[in-house]
Amino acid sequence: MDLVLLAISAIFVNNILLAQYLGNCPFCGVSKKLSTSLGMGAAVIFVATLASIFTWLVYYYLLEPLGLKYMQTLVFILIIASLVQFVEIFLKKFSKPLYNALGIYLPLITTNCAVMGIALLNIKHEFGFWEMVVFSISSAAGFTLAIILFASIRERLFISHVPSFMKGTAIALVTAGIMSLSFMGFSGMVN
Amino acid sequence: MLTPILVMSGVGTIAAVGLGIAAKVFHVDEDPRIQHVLDLLPGANCGGCGYAGCASCAEALVDGSAPANICVVGGLETASEIAGYLGLGDVNIEPEIAAPDCSGGNRASKKYIYSGFDDCRAAMQHYRGPVECDHGCIGLGTCVQACQFGAIKMGSEGLPIFNPERCVGCGECVRACPKGIISIISEKTKILHWNRYTECLSPCRQKCPAQINIPKYIRFIREGKYAEALLTIKERNPLPLVCGRVCPEPCALACRRSIGDEPVAINYLKRFVADWEMASGKHLPVPISHSTGKKVAIVGSGPGGLSAAYFLRRLGHEVEIFEQKPELGGMLRYGIPEYRLPKEILDWEIQGILDLGIKVTKNVEFGKDFTLELLKAEGFDTVILAVGAWAEHELKIEGADLEGVYSGINFLEKFQEETLPTAGKSVVVIGGGNTAMDAARSSLRLGSKKVTIVYRRSRDEMPANPAEIVAAEEENIEFAFLNAPNRILGESGKVTGLEVLSMKLGEPDKDGRRRPVVIEGSERVIECDTVIQAIGQFPDLKFNNEPMNLALKETRWHTIDAEEDTLQTNVPEVFTAGDCFTGPGLAVEAIAAGRYVARSVHYYMTEGEIPPIEGQQRDFIYGSLHDSIMGVNTTPKIHESVICLEDRLGTFKEVEGTIDEKDAQYESKRCLDCGVFCYTKEPIELKMEKAS
Repeated sequence: MDLVLLAISAIFVNNILLAQYLGNCPFCGVSKKLSTSLGMGAAVIFVATLASIFTWLVYYYLLEPLGLKYMQTLVFILIIASLVQFVEIFLKKFSKPLYNALGIYLPLITTNCAVMGIALLNIKHEFGFWEMVVFSISSAAGFTLAIILFASIRERLFISHVPSFMKGTAIALVTAGIMSLSFMGFSGMVN
Repeated sequence: MLTPILVMSGVGTIAAVGLGIAAKVFHVDEDPRIQHVLDLLPGANCGGCGYAGCASCAEALVDGSAPANICVVGGLETASEIAGYLGLGDVNIEPEIAAPDCSGGNRASKKYIYSGFDDCRAAMQHYRGPVECDHGCIGLGTCVQACQFGAIKMGSEGLPIFNPERCVGCGECVRACPKGIISIISEKTKILHWNRYTECLSPCRQKCPAQINIPKYIRFIREGKYAEALLTIKERNPLPLVCGRVCPEPCALACRRSIGDEPVAINYLKRFVADWEMASGKHLPVPISHSTGKKVAIVGSGPGGLSAAYFLRRLGHEVEIFEQKPELGGMLRYGIPEYRLPKEILDWEIQGILDLGIKVTKNVEFGKDFTLELLKAEGFDTVILAVGAWAEHELKIEGADLEGVYSGINFLEKFQEETLPTAGKSVVVIGGGNTAMDAARSSLRLGSKKVTIVYRRSRDEMPANPAEIVAAEEENIEFAFLNAPNRILGESGKVTGLEVLSMKLGEPDKDGRRRPVVIEGSERVIECDTVIQAIGQFPDLKFNNEPMNLALKETRWHTIDAEEDTLQTNVPEVFTAGDCFTGPGLAVEAIAAGRYVARSVHYYMTEGEIPPIEGQQRDFIYGSLHDSIMGVNTTPKIHESVICLEDRLGTFKEVEGTIDEKDAQYESKRCLDCGVFCYTKEPIELKMEKAS
């Protein structure tokens, strides 16, 4: 039951994008079309989960015993970057269609702060293994949900009568702000 | 201090070694060319090509599933670099650019503009667009917003204007337009397209057998863009120099200006731009599609054969022409006299077509020197018979075998031989068609003192081009209308005269031509020493019999029987075009048939079946003919300069001259730029309606 609550909390209440403001770069960059934002969301779920597992293991079985907790940020960056590279090599060999479908998004995630953020939050909240897995998947799913909603709105915005000085990123940021406000409505649902 | 450094290095080393091993273990054998092609691409990763990124695009390029010009950012330069690297040769890469189908006529109604939605797609979703028309542009400029390359802007008439130089053919505007009036078109689609009833076609475009976009090229001439004007013509007609001289202008008969004024001198304008190209000394390059590896043999090199060869080559097929005569051109060379079409001009035009990469074999006769089996054995996928109509009807009258009796084509053909034919002092030509006119006018130029044309009906029934009849009259050729030849008189084997019978016109027959009836006892003799019969031609299909036994179906007019919609004969891989299918006709009709058969053959070879043309325009579109036109000031038509009569006799100098640039500008401004329905050019009011 706690895990379900944790998932709901990660998706809605503490949405990584709209409540914690992480991963805003792809949020604005790849949200012009619904199809591309779906691709980005799927890639984030995949990488964030894998990265969290690895960083969690490294933190608890290497850094903590050696008393090097303060090195977590540095080590995590290294791990995530190598991991994404590894996944890319792996997919290219064994799943060419998936590799082609993810295309440019996979390398983009290397520098995605949402993934790094999830890895760091896992440590901050002192999660156990399963909690960590559920939290990672849910947070990334929250990212996907937000970016899909946002892309849908932006598709409608494109054909609307927007004053020309507000067109493009300007109206997108205003929209993101309003979305963030509406997500605040979830706070208090789960502690 | 040491521990963190060790840990950091350790983790780094493990990651690096791990990645290194992974790269080795999971190594994918990649074509090294992919990386090279990737380097050639601009690396914008924009996805405009339809692939996930430049890497996927490079891969598709190397395995051949994407054409060299796929990259929408790189443009032609990148495309030719890639084509060069991948060994596609120095291909003329076919540009694909966006073009609007709506040219103003049949415009969408502006009735509903919903406040708040300044977008075509929104208007479309709310009201299903306009109420009156299915194809017109809504005009709110969504395509302009969609274009990332700034190639579209809204014109003053509320229609988008496309800048072909900036357009990269990415197709964003096509996806944005809810009315589907923008399409990405390549030269290939243009070649394969035939007029449809649903299109906005000016009367001249409907009437031109070759379906040249006449208002468009006149518009280009008006803007001084002669190369673009010529390329517009060459989308439809590979022989503008020829047609600019010999075409009787069916289009001008339909010109809407002629309702209250003289028609636009369309053909003079065509001749002007065609001569402009020749004067420049260089053939304008025309794009050719990627090679398809299919081979087509074309029998006959007349206007039909040349046109089919030109269009099939541009569609990317390998084409070889087989010609029975020593030179190419068919009737254009052997049937049209020098003073109407100088042969050096014809040579230059034909060379331009052959330079596209068309092979030619001359002096070979179909059925004798090569057969259908031989062509098939040499790997030809299809054969097009464009053998023309060279056999001549002959009068079965007394004296037809005397010395001094010629047949029309036979007489004209002799002009291409080393020694000119001989015509006597006084010549009689029998017949009222163009061949008769050509034979009569040529005789004059050989030094005949008196030339008479004998025709059994009256001037109004003459099938020759009106301009030819007028020219013959100017040259003092006598006409004996309503006279039928009865017998040819001769002395010691030589012609001395032609006995004719007077006729009167009776009731019109089913074609509407009044049938001549003999007046008994009206014989008279026209004295002459040469008689030229030019009473009609039909295709010479002797190759159909022994030794090939092609078993082609023939009609009762001795023409090849084929499907009218496809020009395919009863032998599936044999197609036909031009006079040998229709009987003697105009050069421009054969040129049109050449493109038509090219379309059929292209689909037959690449797809196996020939799709029908939906709603193909054959008759005038309802509403395109007007009784009157308003607001048009009458302005006189320009006239070509013609050489004086003394210069015409005894020489074969070209009679008509080309108009100069000033006249071309003047004449091009006379074009009304018609659509099907006259398009109101008043500014469109954008009324905001409250959605109450």
